[in-house]
Amino acid sequence: MVSIYTRRRIVNAVNLIGSVLAMGIGLAWLFWILFTLFSNGFGGMGLTLFTHMTPAPDENGGLLNAIAGSVVMVTIATAIGTPIGIMAGTYLAEFGQRGWLAPITRFINDILLSAPSIVIGLFVYTVYVARVGHFSGWAGVLALSLIVIPVVVRTTEDMLRLIPNSLREAAAALGAPHWKIITLVTWRASKAGILTGVLLAIARISGETAPLLFTALNNQFWSVDMDRPMANLPVVIFQFAMSPYEYWQELAWAGALLITLSVLALNIIARFFLRKHEQINQ
Amino acid sequence: MNVDYTNRRNSDTFGLPNKMMANIHVPEKFKKQLFYDLIFRGITWFFTLIVLLLLTALVVSLLLGSMPAIQAFGFNFLFSSEWNPVTEKFGGLVPIAGTLVTSIIALSIAIPISFGIALFLTELSPPWLRRPLGTAIELLAGIPSIIYGMWGLFVFAPFFAQTGQPWLQNTLGQIPGIDFLFTGAFMGIGTLTAGIILAIMVIPFIAAVMRDVFEVVPSMLKESAYALGATTWEVIWHVVIPYTRIGMVGGIMLGLGRALGETMAVTFVIGNAHQLHASLFMPGNSIASALANEFTEADGELYTAALIELGLILFLITFIVLACSKILLLQLRKRDGDIS
Repeated sequence: MVSIYTRRRIVNAVNLIGSVLAMGIGLAWLFWILFTLFSNGFGGMGLTLFTHMTPAPDENGGLLNAIAGSVVMVTIATAIGTPIGIMAGTYLAEFGQRGWLAPITRFINDILLSAPSIVIGLFVYTVYVARVGHFSGWAGVLALSLIVIPVVVRTTEDMLRLIPNSLREAAAALGAPHWKIITLVTWRASKAGILTGVLLAIARISGETAPLLFTALNNQFWSVDMDRPMANLPVVIFQFAMSPYEYWQELAWAGALLITLSVLALNIIARFFLRKHEQINQ
Repeated sequence: MNVDYTNRRNSDTFGLPNKMMANIHVPEKFKKQLFYDLIFRGITWFFTLIVLLLLTALVVSLLLGSMPAIQAFGFNFLFSSEWNPVTEKFGGLVPIAGTLVTSIIALSIAIPISFGIALFLTELSPPWLRRPLGTAIELLAGIPSIIYGMWGLFVFAPFFAQTGQPWLQNTLGQIPGIDFLFTGAFMGIGTLTAGIILAIMVIPFIAAVMRDVFEVVPSMLKESAYALGATTWEVIWHVVIPYTRIGMVGGIMLGLGRALGETMAVTFVIGNAHQLHASLFMPGNSIASALANEFTEADGELYTAALIELGLILFLITFIVLACSKILLLQLRKRDGDIS
């Protein structure tokens, strides 16, 4: 017969060990995935990856057109989504205390934030691709910017709310009109924070595959014509990884390593700016 | 005087009634600024409206796109497992069931592990380890889903077929009542593998929310329990969990929302077969992976419409789950506001 006291101690120890194990499992997965990426993808890394087009199964090649397509689409999508997101986020934080628009939009934005990305692809397909009748880079851009917007709205609102009201009041006391308070004081004070949101949004869309499958599709050749199907890294990785050809799979691993490294780097840079924002506003 | 007294909601007069504004001498320069204010406010309002209209457009367009299928199959779409592009008979049961089953598997693995991680990060970890470990777990959330898919297909599936599946069949598969779940060949890919990969993907999301809500527990409450002689586990079980219950459920719902809509990772490992199997080792299909695989190749209006209807169903399921999670988390915040 174990005394209550011993039993309590045993229960405590067992559960705490379980907690440490859970942490270990989480970390193990991260390192396992990173290890796989490096060991499989490192061999394919090289200059040809950045200088040659995607090859036919029996040829040598790189991922140049896919990388270029991804960069172009992510850049334009960010350029479209960021201003819309910042403006809407500003409204929610600065003017959103009253009225019907702010609470509804806040709710809707949170839904959009975690809506399945494939549904967003489906949406762009029905409203754009089906109308024009062909896949195109613009459709891909549209889908990606729809993913950028909610991320930027959310972080902009959160960051602007962290700005102490005394800062706004000080500016108002000097006779600054509202629009100057926002553009010259609050925006400026939360610059690092808003940048965090934009970087996180870029990190999120650079790896998105699902919404591009039926918007930008893919293109085996070099093309910068946004009105035609456009090669992009995630879809090429998907196609090559699912193919039976060994060389294609090797390229897919190299592409996967490339994407993961850039996304992780973006995440870490974003974290750096976030910490800077927190330091400024303390 | 032609002052409109009714228009007092015009807040751009800094809250002053228009009558007063009319009497105060306002320099031209200042009036211009008031006008700029109005414009600026109008612009931000307009962009907010755009965000709102986007979601409305999303739902409407999916509804319109799936109309042919809704008219042709009605409610039967939800309960029919037939999926035949040749005879144009479509039913969504297999992918809907696949989506739900993989998400349930994912949650039943992810919840205890996320709980353990959150617990470790808030209560057990030495302070200097907290930040790097938390960041590491959050990085797991940043890895694109297609990477999880590739890793699942090329690394995890062979490993699982060799070790995990035989072991499961010899242990859980021997228990009468649930043994049918673990029958069949060890192929590595299938519903169970998809569920496990999904679990890895949602752990960081659930763990992050749980950690955040654990941190809001007032240390006074915890210290009181410790002072009464409670062990760490008892403090967690009797103080932390009751205090954060709503927030934890909100976090779990958030993870569920992720799991339901995940496409690429599942597409790689689920096997993409339109068949209904009782065994979790057999290939299945989920809504998202059916869309990813078939949509570009779908010809015929009805086929496309059936796929869009699947997308609509997926969206509605995630909408409900996310709305619930948001309401729960809001309640928690409201209660916090009352306490502090």
